[in-house]
Amino acid sequence: MSNHHIRVTVNGDVQEADVDARLLLVHFIREDLNLTGTHIGCDTSHCGACTVLVNGTAIKSCTYFAVQADGAEVSTVEGLAQNGDLHPIQEGFREMHGLQCGFCTPGMMIASIALLEQNPNPTEDEIRWGISGNLCRCTGYINIVKAVQYAAEKMQE
Amino acid sequence: MIPPSFDYEAPASLEEAIAILGKNPEAKILAGGQSLIALMKLRLASPAVLVDINRIEGLGYIKEEDGWLRIGAMTRESDLDTSDLVREKYPLLADTTRVIADPLVRNLSTLGGNLAHADPANDHPATMLAYGAELVATGPKGERIIPVGDFFTGPFETSLAQDEILTEIRIPSPNGSSGGAYQKLERKVGDFATAAVAAQVKLGEKGVVEQVGIGLTNVGLTPIKATAAEESLQGKEANEAAISEAAQLASEAAEPEADPRGSVEFKRALVKTLTHRAIKTAVGRAQGGK
Amino acid sequence: MPEIQGLGHSRKRVEDARFIRGRGNYVDDLKVPGMIYLDLVRSPLARAKIKSINSEKALEVPGVLAVLTGETLKEYDVHNMPTLMNEHQMVLPLDTVEYQFQEVAGVLATSRYAAADGVAAVEVDYEPLEPVVDPFKALEPDAPLIWPDRPKWADVPEEERSNHIWHWEKGDKEATDKAFEEAEVTVKENLYIPRLSAAAIETCGCVAKWDAVEGQLTLWMTTQAPHAIRTVFALVTAHLGLSEEKIRVISPDLGGGFGGKVYVYPGYVIAVAASIVTGSPVKWIEDRTENLGTNAFGRDYHITAELAGKKDGTLTALRIKTTADHGYVDAAANPLKWPAGLFNICTGSYDFKNAFVEVDGVYTNKPPGGIVYRCSFRVTEAVHTIERLADLMAHEVQMDPAEFRKKNFIKPEQFPYQSVLGWEYDSGNYAGALDLAMDMIGYDELRKEQAEKRERGEFMGIGISSFTEIVGAGPSHSFDIIGLKMFDSCELRVHPTGKVIARFGTKSQGQGHETTFAQIIAEELGIPADHIKIEEGDTDTAPYGLGTYASRSTPVAGAAGAMAARKVRDKAKKIAAHLLEVSEEDLEWEQGKFFVKGSPDQAKTIQEIAFAAYTDYPQGMEAGLEAVSYYDPPNLTYPFGSYICVVDIDRGTGEVKVRRFVAVDDCGIRINPMIVEGQIHGGLTMGFAPALLEEISYDENGNMYGSSFQDYLLPTSVETPKWETGTTVTPSPHHPQGLKGVGESATVGAPVAIVNAVVDALWHIGVRHVDIPMTPPKVWALLKEHGAALEQ
Repeated sequence: MSNHHIRVTVNGDVQEADVDARLLLVHFIREDLNLTGTHIGCDTSHCGACTVLVNGTAIKSCTYFAVQADGAEVSTVEGLAQNGDLHPIQEGFREMHGLQCGFCTPGMMIASIALLEQNPNPTEDEIRWGISGNLCRCTGYINIVKAVQYAAEKMQE
Repeated sequence: MIPPSFDYEAPASLEEAIAILGKNPEAKILAGGQSLIALMKLRLASPAVLVDINRIEGLGYIKEEDGWLRIGAMTRESDLDTSDLVREKYPLLADTTRVIADPLVRNLSTLGGNLAHADPANDHPATMLAYGAELVATGPKGERIIPVGDFFTGPFETSLAQDEILTEIRIPSPNGSSGGAYQKLERKVGDFATAAVAAQVKLGEKGVVEQVGIGLTNVGLTPIKATAAEESLQGKEANEAAISEAAQLASEAAEPEADPRGSVEFKRALVKTLTHRAIKTAVGRAQGGK
Repeated sequence: MPEIQGLGHSRKRVEDARFIRGRGNYVDDLKVPGMIYLDLVRSPLARAKIKSINSEKALEVPGVLAVLTGETLKEYDVHNMPTLMNEHQMVLPLDTVEYQFQEVAGVLATSRYAAADGVAAVEVDYEPLEPVVDPFKALEPDAPLIWPDRPKWADVPEEERSNHIWHWEKGDKEATDKAFEEAEVTVKENLYIPRLSAAAIETCGCVAKWDAVEGQLTLWMTTQAPHAIRTVFALVTAHLGLSEEKIRVISPDLGGGFGGKVYVYPGYVIAVAASIVTGSPVKWIEDRTENLGTNAFGRDYHITAELAGKKDGTLTALRIKTTADHGYVDAAANPLKWPAGLFNICTGSYDFKNAFVEVDGVYTNKPPGGIVYRCSFRVTEAVHTIERLADLMAHEVQMDPAEFRKKNFIKPEQFPYQSVLGWEYDSGNYAGALDLAMDMIGYDELRKEQAEKRERGEFMGIGISSFTEIVGAGPSHSFDIIGLKMFDSCELRVHPTGKVIARFGTKSQGQGHETTFAQIIAEELGIPADHIKIEEGDTDTAPYGLGTYASRSTPVAGAAGAMAARKVRDKAKKIAAHLLEVSEEDLEWEQGKFFVKGSPDQAKTIQEIAFAAYTDYPQGMEAGLEAVSYYDPPNLTYPFGSYICVVDIDRGTGEVKVRRFVAVDDCGIRINPMIVEGQIHGGLTMGFAPALLEEISYDENGNMYGSSFQDYLLPTSVETPKWETGTTVTPSPHHPQGLKGVGESATVGAPVAIVNAVVDALWHIGVRHVDIPMTPPKVWALLKEHGAALEQ
């Protein structure tokens, strides 16, 4: 077991730490940095509750080692609102009732942002494909799709 | 779920990575990690050393050169998915990429990893068999080329040596009237195939099949090249009867096992259905359809 | 002043503010100083004798502090714990394990990584025993006895012990049998409704903190019923010196529940015991395999059902015999008098004169449970049965299934309707809902399309489910959980500036109580919902209640909220009379104010009255403006709906595609239409999932299939149909606001609509029934059997 000094920029803040090689990125974020908005749902990269952006790419942080993120920029749900203003995706989820228990929501929002980055004006089916790596047990996805559509419109304004 | 401890190395060059692998018989390569890390968390894999090759530059690319589509082994599925070149000229590869795991997993998982992991349920192996691809392995003595047919030696086993790294995948660039398609039955997004079939065809004059490759996913201990099916179609006009015959032969080549995804009988029949559809779509595309 | 936003407003959710910022407070987010971690060793075998547990190597793992076994817990007499069905289950075993993944030992360590390493290092020597997997085999005379050491058998002679748990029946057997003998037409079918896992995206877990000096236990845990849990803990740990006033159960934000967080799992108890033993706070969080492998299951009913009727399509009798697989112990979370839940709602939406239903509970080597997955206490099983059989009978008498249903529906004028199996349906307009659903989907056109497609060899089916739910448990005369009557509660306090805090005995898991309960109170008091703060889940502050499950929050706690508000209004009226110097009889209420009859200008707003309650109240009156209601519902509520589903079947692969799904729901008055819609969308998706994807199964050795999300198949956005919803409104006559509850209706009603559609698509080739999940291999096998499979 090896230890590694890592330097990761999380939501704009530089974080340095000595980590065990096997420390999962999600645990680094949640337990070392106390950013508990990123969740763990399935442990096997199926549910996407742990989704974060690493250098702008949406990944499942439960299947990624913290040491792999050395030198990278990581964005989590806590970094979405800027100066107190909600990100359009956050607004969309609230306005369109895109969440119920809230557990999948941070991962779902991060995945949606990555989707809109690539495809600013997705069709409903493209949204459904785009968020298909994230499981929601509460909403039946309809309102999540609407939330993403809301954000897409808002972001194009 | 917590992975067991291991030593982590992140070499900056291939040479370094190969040297580490050579020194550590218990070392494993960490590419996208989407299969390996999950196995480690389930404690079904416990490599002593992980050699992270993500920091080696120059292993991710998609380019056409000298009659080949050359893809760097560390090319992510998502890059294949968004490549115009792949989408326009390599529909079989585009089809395959799109049904692997889910979009977030595809952001990390790599073409090389999908092949080198040699899970018979993985999708790219059958596709590469259908294409007749060549794989480039880099080891202490440099590069060697492995025809894809020689690559898969057993479930989760390949002809790669412990100190070799799969570095490039070469797909023959299609010419003339070529087309391909991948047909997969999965229970839901993110699932492995119940069965899947890759087909690549080249049509000659009057719609006669000049070349054909057919690969089968998850119906045997390794991916299967449906040679008899290929031979039966070769030189024939791709009409309903010929396609049906090839589909029948492909289903006979399958060696599925019963599991919760289905019975042996079902999977064999499924291979027939999917082969039929894959060839038909491939032929359609070769004739200029989408 | 913000808008009042009482009933009927699609008010945006209050709780979203924290969730969209990642500021929810789920149990695994909690860090307590000095906290250590618990991880559990689990059995790889379904049934085995434990010969030894060797902790030596585990204790050598850096960071591992201790290993707890059944023997450790036995010293404190907490190695077994009571279930809600008056049995005992193991916390940690002494001799045998009785299902795969059963807890065997607990490892305590300074980090979750060390705890996991410790678990891997514990060596357990098992002697495999033959498991009993099939409930019918479990009933055979020579079947091995499952958990022979169970406490309830201590005084039972050996020859009287068996794997049969109980027999339950309802209805008049003789009259029903006679009706069958006299019937012109009968239909019969065997149905199996497989095991399911609630599989909330958040798994279960807790942090247990024992303070030896204060004798105080604080337990943050994923529970839908914190108060009842506290009482159970107080009862089972009294001998250790724990006392109910010093047990504080806090249910923080829950990442979904669906019934799976009603139960007390061994992990919670081990964590509490570990905190007491070590003096450190202990965190235990399940991983997904533990969650799927050991949490309480839903369904697992083997049903034989028969319908009798006349040739003109009139139903005359229903007869059902069911074997209920309960796992190794009966730990179902049922009201005590209802071992088969509310399964006797199985006469459904139809006017039966005769019915008889019987259920036998059986032990097998599987984890216990029985009541999860939005099931409303076995109503899903009941609806599945009657709606499946109704379709069979409709086909048998050659009537369109919609017409057949309408002919047999309980008519609007028959409500309140006394069912032959003992329920008093409060209100309904079943044909109204079905008509709307048929209009929305274009039923007649679809039938034409189906006929045309059949000509071309394409298989398309249309399926209906006209379900009746039964929720809001329940009236104290019939409903209790281990003796605790199933009331629910609200404590409501109006502050001097007219703002409100209201606390409830329930616990939201995503239903949005913080939003909707405020609307219930806003409706009654005219105080803006934005000025009403709702709290739940902390037993030190919230009033006692039985919790949130079985769609009971709105019908029971919601009613308590309305009643508490009305009590406040009664006092407010007295204060208003004092302020306006008139008698109470001269006052009239208009939302938000009392005014003098005939002179609307002479009025006092509720805010003015609230201020006066602390500053200028009548002589002899106590200060303050608050009230408590413990609401004992006079009856259950009976939401209903009609669902119509269109499927296309791929004859080459056996795939079923739900092309359209129209859901018309009637849950009485809707508090917040946006949230109700959301509940229905989610409920439909959890109806779709078991119809086509989800199932937990076991091989002959008791090995579970479906122990990760790789094989337990939660639908993604891609598979999930694009739901179309419609509304009718038939208020409950006995709920103070006419509400009924909606959380589970869609899950109860949807699966069978999809089954009926698939059977409808395949009827002409001779298919009469398909069990769920209707997977490609299953459907393909039917196509093949009937000569309709294609291989292209």
